[in-house]
Amino acid sequence: MQQKAIYLVAVSVLSCIYLLFCLPFLSLAGEPIRIGVYLPMTGPVAAFGQMEWAGIQAAHQMHPTVLGRQVELVLVDEKSDRIEAANAVSRLLRKEKVKAIIGSATSSNTMAGAALSEKAKIPMVSPTATLPLVTQNKKYVFRVCFIDSFQGEAAAMFAYRNLKARRVAVIVDRAQDYCVGLASYFKKAFTRLGGKVVSITYCQTGDQDFSAQLTSIPASQSGLLYLPNYYAEDALIARQAQELGLNIPILSADGAQAPELIKIGGKAVEGLYLLAHFAPEGAATPLAKEFMKFFKKTRHEETSGFHALGADAYFVLLDAIKRAGRTDGDAIRTALASTRGFGGVSGVIKIGPDGNAVKSAVILQVSGGQFRYLTMVKPW
Amino acid sequence: MDLPLFLQQLLNGISLGSLYALIAIGYTMVYGIIRLINFAHGDILMVSTYFAYFGISVYALPWWLSVVVAILLTALLGILIDLGAYRPVRHAPRISALITAIGVSFLLENLGLVVFGGRPRAFYRPDFLNKTYELVGVHIFSLSIWVPVVTALLLALVFLLLYRTRVGAAMRAVAKDMEMVQLMGIDVNRVISLTFAVGSALAAAGGIMWAMKYPQINPLMGIIPGLKAFVAAVIGGIGNIHGAVLGGLLLGITEILLVAFLPSLAGYRDAFAFILLILILLFKPTGLAGKDTIG
Amino acid sequence: MSDQHRREWIYKLCTYGALAGLFAFLLQVQNQADEYQIRILNVSAIFVTLAVSYNLINGVAGQFSLGPNAFMAVGAYTTALLTISPAEKELSFIIEPIIWPISVLHLPFLPSLLIGGVFAALLGFVMAFPVFRVRGDYLAIVTLGFGEVVRVVANNAQSITNGPLGLKGLPEYTNLWWSCGVAVFTVFCVTRLVKSSFGRAMQAIREDEVAAAAMGINVFRHKMLAFVVHAFFAGMAGGLMAHLITTISPTLFSFFLTFNLLVIIVIGGLGSMTGSIIAAVIITYAGEWLRAVEEPMAIGPLNIPGIPGMRMVVFSIMLILVMIFARQGLMGRREFSWEWFCGFLKIGKRRG
Repeated sequence: MQQKAIYLVAVSVLSCIYLLFCLPFLSLAGEPIRIGVYLPMTGPVAAFGQMEWAGIQAAHQMHPTVLGRQVELVLVDEKSDRIEAANAVSRLLRKEKVKAIIGSATSSNTMAGAALSEKAKIPMVSPTATLPLVTQNKKYVFRVCFIDSFQGEAAAMFAYRNLKARRVAVIVDRAQDYCVGLASYFKKAFTRLGGKVVSITYCQTGDQDFSAQLTSIPASQSGLLYLPNYYAEDALIARQAQELGLNIPILSADGAQAPELIKIGGKAVEGLYLLAHFAPEGAATPLAKEFMKFFKKTRHEETSGFHALGADAYFVLLDAIKRAGRTDGDAIRTALASTRGFGGVSGVIKIGPDGNAVKSAVILQVSGGQFRYLTMVKPW
Repeated sequence: MDLPLFLQQLLNGISLGSLYALIAIGYTMVYGIIRLINFAHGDILMVSTYFAYFGISVYALPWWLSVVVAILLTALLGILIDLGAYRPVRHAPRISALITAIGVSFLLENLGLVVFGGRPRAFYRPDFLNKTYELVGVHIFSLSIWVPVVTALLLALVFLLLYRTRVGAAMRAVAKDMEMVQLMGIDVNRVISLTFAVGSALAAAGGIMWAMKYPQINPLMGIIPGLKAFVAAVIGGIGNIHGAVLGGLLLGITEILLVAFLPSLAGYRDAFAFILLILILLFKPTGLAGKDTIG
Repeated sequence: MSDQHRREWIYKLCTYGALAGLFAFLLQVQNQADEYQIRILNVSAIFVTLAVSYNLINGVAGQFSLGPNAFMAVGAYTTALLTISPAEKELSFIIEPIIWPISVLHLPFLPSLLIGGVFAALLGFVMAFPVFRVRGDYLAIVTLGFGEVVRVVANNAQSITNGPLGLKGLPEYTNLWWSCGVAVFTVFCVTRLVKSSFGRAMQAIREDEVAAAAMGINVFRHKMLAFVVHAFFAGMAGGLMAHLITTISPTLFSFFLTFNLLVIIVIGGLGSMTGSIIAAVIITYAGEWLRAVEEPMAIGPLNIPGIPGMRMVVFSIMLILVMIFARQGLMGRREFSWEWFCGFLKIGKRRG
């Protein structure tokens, strides 16, 4: 009798557990078109995420509909972390059921997310992941920025021709694919021009003390310090170079263009050159003018490179959905790959079948606590 | 490596070491009195830099006033943490107290993320600390001179407090024998609160100088200085204030020289402190000085 | 006697029934649930493995270790380096080329996973000598130190681990069968160990080390056993985790991970395997729900900013409150058994 009871209880409890866990997951096909956004809103490179998100939102406010349907943005924070980026994309694909994805700001994290997007056949557009590897062998991954092979070459040209540098020291953040990649493109191009990279030393995202890397530089008699890193490290390196009495010009890359560079770097970054995506002085397209006016009015600040590229990722994606006329991944993907002569905020954008945008770059210089436009570099 | 460069690095080492020393004293005092590793010590330091940051950059107070206010507020924070989290587990097993301390540490870090945001903020550095002097080929950065000087002054104050005041005597007595002191009618809880206040204030002073040295602050910045100062305290024999100062200086100097002479090992600098700790505990499980009381 | 016998037989049957139920449930989930649900379930199963093995050293043997992240790192890296194809390795090592035997090794998942566990166990064995020279707080700090050292080494041994860039392109091997299979296997091994004479000796050491030694228990050897078993399973869990997220880097194995595990075993109850299992599942799901609080939401023109960090704020407050008000956690040191279960349901009570 007793045992029967035990059996009964065991069986009933197990079936209860069984029913409890197997909840069917319902997803309702909504009216709006959902676009996922994953960006670093916190962590070491949060400045990019926040600027790009502001740009995307402003663009969304300007053009909130496509194909007569509302566009709904779903933002997930990737916390400046590779693993979180993979989690974020997985969440967008599996839980939020988005039709396309915008993100992310840095190359390492975009690669972590792109692998999943590719598998799910959902197109992804990155505003600022510049490393060539990001789109390599990826059918569904695109970007609206130039790539680092071009950027490295442009920086080398500028260093050799305009700054007349012949010997360059490089300090690289080896925790970021972007920095490591860019340093090697620069070195290749600079050596080909006839210059010499006399030392490459490494640091890491989040480092505070660069005295070890900097003390090795005076001995190498270099005329320029090339820093292909993100803003926080570059600002501190510039400061500590000054403290050590090391007065050589510094050339940085697009990853340094953030207000934080000037806030943290202070006087030490005065005169620093950097290669970037966008300068208001160089903006020529009608959309750019319209966007800059709208951004100033709604956000009360000037449009920076990262605002512009965030907006462009959204505009290019919207344009592709419009041309595709449908929202399935393959249709959007095909439309994205045939983007030609699109007048975006950061210039005229052409995206090849390889997913890469072909665009010009600008050279900026920090002076009086502002990024000032020097010149433009056209793709060759 | 020539002599000027060596001197320059030595000065950097002394300056870093004095920061470790300041932070290590807080660990040592608290451990000496209630046998608790205050895991949150480094995070208290982090909060102090934000207090100073808000004073200078948000409320536009003169920087020295902000620093003083920040140090006082941090002392208060130390007292509150003790009241809220540590006092209720005072008589629990020591591991429970340690778990609580780990909880407090994570609470401060993540509250920092929630309240201040994760973006690093630029920390103000007064102009007189920005100068670089050159003496016979040695570049001397004025901050590197000021840090050890301020540290020495603060240490003098701590020793005055401990050895020349009745409160200090009570602190030393509680560390020796808490029950006995209680029987003599001294309010032990007040002595403990004061210990937290002094330790936290010193951490604040160390933290603010740290933030001037590396002028950006973020909610996770306290972890590394906190851990390294703890190692310094163990090297000096936990509970021993002189030991903590020596341990801090030793750790700071060796770390800087290691990076200077063997740049290829620069990446291992954060592990270096722990390797040192493990080696020391292998041979002397109670630390170098091996005392368990304040003195 | 026969009654007792029959009862035990029935309990055994119940256990098999439960396993069969779990199997059916997983089959159902595999076919019905969406990938996101499956992912969370995978994570919970991995955390069950981690929590149960971590509880063995901290709760049962009473040695407060703070270094499970070290073992996870070793397990994850070892497994990953064995499963990533040589071509993929060639591609990702861009700063320094990968050193020779690792560059060509390529094994299936199971052997890789086991080797990962063995390597972690070896590290545990080597670590045991310095770690068990000290006790209590010092032991906690030394193990934490080892965790940091392992992370820094992973960061700097560029030609083995690819440094801070980490490893990419791991095959997505981890599925429900792997994660839950390893979890069940771990629970089985650890509970058997705890119930054996070894386990009783460990508990004696936890209660009073001096007395245990006086009773003739080899203290060091039992601590070592608990530590190595914990390391082995933590290493396996690291390997599973790596092949779930398919990319690893040293930052993944920071103290943060240890903190999560600590929350789980403290809330479940130090020393109770049942508690660890329940807490691992609850905390994983709670973490996912709280994630929603952290995410910024844009509903039309409305912008609700996310509150990043909120998840950990909740967990740390929970940890402090548990320590102050309910040091026993959910289960204290009690364990689930069918006998208790039937007693709980007021049937099958013993007569007399």
